[in-house]
Amino acid sequence: MERRAHERYIERAMWSIGRGDRNFWIAVLVLGAMVAAGIYAWVYQIQRGLWVTGLNQKVSWGFYIINCVFFIGMSYGGAMTSAILRLTNAKWRAPLTRLAETTAVAALLVGAVYPIIDMGRPDRFLNIVLYPQVGSPVVWDVVAISTYMLASLVFLYLPLIPDLATTGAALKGGKLQRIYQLLALGWKGTPGQERSLQRGIGIMAVLIIPLAVSVHSVLAWLFAVTARGGWHSTIFAPLFVLAAMLSGVAAVILVVAAFRKVYGLQEFITAKHFRYLSYLLIALGVGYLYFMVSEYLTEGYLLEADTTPVLEAIFIGTYAPAFWTFTTVGLILPLILAAIPGRFPIGRACLASGLVIGGMWLKRFLIVVPGMAEPVMPWDWGRYAPTWVEITITIGSAAAIPLILIIFFRFFPVMSVHEMEEVEHEPERRPTLQPSFAEGAGK
Amino acid sequence: MAGPLTRRRLLGTLGGVGGTALAAGWAPVAFSMTAPAATKKTRQWAMVIDLRRCDGCKKCTQACQETHHLPQTFEWIKVFDVKDTSGASYFMPRPCFQCENAPCLRVCPVAATFKDDEGMVLVDQDRCIGCRMCMAACPYGARYFNYNEPPQYDNPFGHPTPEFPVPQQKGTVGKCMFCVHRTEDGVLPACVEACGMNALYIGDLVEDVATNGVETVRLSTFLKENDAFRYKEELGTGPRVWYIAGHGQLLEG
Repeated sequence: MERRAHERYIERAMWSIGRGDRNFWIAVLVLGAMVAAGIYAWVYQIQRGLWVTGLNQKVSWGFYIINCVFFIGMSYGGAMTSAILRLTNAKWRAPLTRLAETTAVAALLVGAVYPIIDMGRPDRFLNIVLYPQVGSPVVWDVVAISTYMLASLVFLYLPLIPDLATTGAALKGGKLQRIYQLLALGWKGTPGQERSLQRGIGIMAVLIIPLAVSVHSVLAWLFAVTARGGWHSTIFAPLFVLAAMLSGVAAVILVVAAFRKVYGLQEFITAKHFRYLSYLLIALGVGYLYFMVSEYLTEGYLLEADTTPVLEAIFIGTYAPAFWTFTTVGLILPLILAAIPGRFPIGRACLASGLVIGGMWLKRFLIVVPGMAEPVMPWDWGRYAPTWVEITITIGSAAAIPLILIIFFRFFPVMSVHEMEEVEHEPERRPTLQPSFAEGAGK
Repeated sequence: MAGPLTRRRLLGTLGGVGGTALAAGWAPVAFSMTAPAATKKTRQWAMVIDLRRCDGCKKCTQACQETHHLPQTFEWIKVFDVKDTSGASYFMPRPCFQCENAPCLRVCPVAATFKDDEGMVLVDQDRCIGCRMCMAACPYGARYFNYNEPPQYDNPFGHPTPEFPVPQQKGTVGKCMFCVHRTEDGVLPACVEACGMNALYIGDLVEDVATNGVETVRLSTFLKENDAFRYKEELGTGPRVWYIAGHGQLLEG
């Protein structure tokens, strides 16, 4: 990168820091109002009890469990994208990693609240710590989610350290500068510090992958260890992991596109980045399709007594519109959109990602609700329709993710400055794994 | 490795492989609740439901709701009106099956569900966090969550206990427990007592007897002679409730 571009990169990366223009405050106000409405609905539910939801004796898990799986899943995509790009030394990653890692944390913070929202006695949450029964998948979840949360916070923080020092230095005095300096842990960019940091980031990039896999696996086992039709499936854990990555990469594409446009990052985040992310999306989407076919074929061919009603409901019954919408509009269409070369690569990537995200939410709905509504005693189907409380909380939680992001980037660089400088030096220090992929393909 | 594969063993093995020795160390909390009491004569409660006699009057459900002060929607013993694929029509009461190998028990994150000396699966509503994992795990839909404030009742024994969880606690899960507050005094469970058709039998596997309040039978012989079956027995849950079919319906189990 030439010197002028270098400077422009830094200028753009830091552009949003401390900035409070009208658009920013409008966004904060609108998103904040949505989040506030969600919180109001939650308080309303805590005061009255879970009867204010559409949950009932048959369908006792609904929107909250769906959202928990959905948002935590979204988080993995961010973490995995960043980790994979780091491990493969993809040179084009520099402007993306910060956005991906922050999305991961924001989505995880939102998703991790849902188990508590879903609890009948949230006041007794600590019982899980006081009397843990390690045979329970719920305990596995609590352990896995909290470990993963810690790891993803560290994974966001480590690459941020040099940028904190830079940002702190750019500020002229004041309390804020002290905080940045404190958080930067005395970063001066010495070779020793660089080495330690690179080692730390490398370890986290390796660790975050099995951690992310483990979290979504245990979330899947929440369902797969039961004797319910449609849930008791050996493929559930890998299926959930793939679903998580798929929706996560889609989320990263949307977040990157939005910040690119609003924060004026077009020079650094180009169509090439979206094309590469689309490749990832396609690979994951095709994988998911394959897993899904494998699951439904093996179950549908045998048609066991307990799975038949669920499959009937999904393929031709009550949930068929949702299922076929998901399959066509939420999975196959986005794959085509992302795969065909042509004009508007960014627009198409965004459209595909939006459809994938909507589709993956629907798919989680199709896992949770029919599995619950299925008659375990074979004569009574359950019904479930969410109430305004569940819908408001869902919308509020979705709004919380962009809100967290824009507030975060008011204080921290939206693109990693240090990373860019490091990537520039990379070819001299060590060869990248795929130099052609990293440099040639986009031109 | 000799001996049958148990869940404890499976988890222990996986835990060992995965390096989580924690699982093995904690396992006793979850799995050894059934140690027999040395002093008292231990009963092992069981139930037999004679489908030939049930006329679907639901008096059992009502009696249960009265005894436990439950709302109408709580059918701890629920009578299903079944029309099976062979065209037969019959009624099928479903209490909690008090499974030997209870799926609800092992998925509880806080061990609020436990098994007493007499094989009854009980719920400690003081500990339950209301995650409803047990409801997802129960293959029989026998568990009920207190979404609303339960009907209030002044418990003569003081605070509600797992044996007599009355009144129910909001935000927690409850279910049938074969009226252990009655059986421990030698009184029939409310549903058995209320059944005008004498279709319900409460029995003891140790003494091998069962009674519907009118006649007393030798349990093992009674089950054998009447080709009793257990519902979804293939799941390996080991239900403590046997059914006697007799309307020509398809046998389950």
